[in-house]
Amino acid sequence: MDLIISLVINGLATGMLIFLLAAGLTLIFGLMDVLNFAHGGLFVWGAYTGIFSYAYTGSFIVGIVVAILTGLVFGFIMEKLIITPVYGNHVQQILITLGFMLVLQEMIKVFFGPNVVAVKVPEYLAGSWQVGDIIIIKYRIFIIIFGFIVFGLFHYILTRTKVGLIVRAGVMNKDMVQALGINIKRIFLFVFMTGAALAAVAGVLMAPYSGSIYAELGMEYAILAFIVVVIGGMGSFQGSLFAAILVGLAGSFMAYYVPYLSLAVNMILMAVVLIFRPQGLFQAAKG
Amino acid sequence: MMENLLKLDNVNTHIGQYHILQGVHFEAKVGEVSVLLGRNGAGKTTTLKTIIGLTPATGGSVTFLNQDITKKPTYDIANLGIGYVPEDQGIFAQLSVEENIKVAMKKESEESKEKLEYVLNLFPDLKKFWKKAGGNLSGGQKQMLAMARAFVNDSKLLLIDEPSKGLAPIVIEKVMEAIVEMKKRTTILLVEQNFFMASKIGDSFTLIDDGKTVHQGAMKELIDNDEMKHKYLGIG
Ligand SMILES: Nc1ncnc2c1ncn2[C@@H]1O[C@H](COP(=O)(O)OP(=O)(O)OP(=O)(O)O)[C@@H](O)[C@H]1O
Ligand SMILES: [Mg+2]
Repeated sequence: MDLIISLVINGLATGMLIFLLAAGLTLIFGLMDVLNFAHGGLFVWGAYTGIFSYAYTGSFIVGIVVAILTGLVFGFIMEKLIITPVYGNHVQQILITLGFMLVLQEMIKVFFGPNVVAVKVPEYLAGSWQVGDIIIIKYRIFIIIFGFIVFGLFHYILTRTKVGLIVRAGVMNKDMVQALGINIKRIFLFVFMTGAALAAVAGVLMAPYSGSIYAELGMEYAILAFIVVVIGGMGSFQGSLFAAILVGLAGSFMAYYVPYLSLAVNMILMAVVLIFRPQGLFQAAKG
Repeated sequence: MMENLLKLDNVNTHIGQYHILQGVHFEAKVGEVSVLLGRNGAGKTTTLKTIIGLTPATGGSVTFLNQDITKKPTYDIANLGIGYVPEDQGIFAQLSVEENIKVAMKKESEESKEKLEYVLNLFPDLKKFWKKAGGNLSGGQKQMLAMARAFVNDSKLLLIDEPSKGLAPIVIEKVMEAIVEMKKRTTILLVEQNFFMASKIGDSFTLIDDGKTVHQGAMKELIDNDEMKHKYLGIG
């Protein structure tokens, strides 16, 4: 029983990090019809700028804020320079965002050095609680709570505010939204910057969790996030939470019980979903 | 002489490599219902899309309220006061009736509240299904929702594409009544294949064929001209 609880907590924490990355990706795809393969680059930039400011100031909160700002600034620049010219063309999107992903990754090495950077959990989040026989690692609980708060916040924005209403309408029918007098480009930029900020936050939260960061981390997590977007249904925010938790749990249980399958399990999950429900578990209906 | 609210002058539109509109002329006068007629594939829908900027004109000019809107983006054109009811109604399927209308309402001023009240009286079904998902409405209700949504969006001109399409005669009757009622408050540009409906509520007509305007005039002229009706509309 204690083992199961540990594995669940582990899986949930990983799932939440993937969710933060996938949430932006799924909205960017659903609303803007853009395949962004550079999303992992934002993740790793968030990790580095956040962790270096954390190391410099000693405050993890400052690190998180810096990561958010990094995400917003990079998101703004990317949308304007890289994404705007390739709206509506998936092949070009894949090529240019993959290329930019590599640029972001190499720039990390230029700015922060090529070596792996060790990261410590901030003191107040370090350590664990012991409940009976179960050891609960505090930082994992922190990530889980953080993830649920972000989900709640964005769920509120999407369902209760005007801009959220416009985003949902835009996922269903972009032309009609414009014909009702709304500048969809502004909404695109807003969604892209928000998605970028979420990716950057995922990066800075992941760093103390894994204990070290390196430039190639972005790609590894981005692949998981893509799998989650496909499983959850492209464009579905709730679907991305559900699928991220599923992938997180599957990874954590498989790593323990069938370790040689733990890398394949996500691919298998995705394949199964694609066979039986090609639109994903949750559908963000168009039209 | 009434003022032209909208004027299309020698409008040409390309979609991809296709030259779809090749010289459309058109005027809509304030307070009138102008009807755009023509056989399937003539370019009626494309004309409306060109006005609202979804398939912008590649030649000629579109003037609205004495402003050149030919090159303006769709949202700018809509905000100048043009409401669009597309052929497929463009309902946001997973949003409720209320949310569909809210997307369109720029501000919650007294005026827009009054307009909302007005359309809800015109289409009581919408009030009845206020919380229902747009995608679950009947065809007629979707049409009403699309018209209401375009109307509350501060529209001085409504572009309505084939509102009678796929509806039962009794529902068509209702839609017609609503258009006649809305005409009291806004100018209407109607695309309509149903000649009975077109002739009954239209004040003027423009006939397009193969992407070009071939005739314009008062609706009465067309009603009396059997030869033209036969040649371009296949009736009579
Ligand atoms: N996206 C597009 N790509 C290529 N051709 C198009 C496109 N949209 C419309 N057309 C062509 O343009 C012509 C005019 O189409 P349009 O939809 O404007 O006709 P319509 O008069 O509205 O016809 P209907 O009465 O059937 O609705 C048609 O020949 C159509 O095939
Ligand atoms: Mg048409």
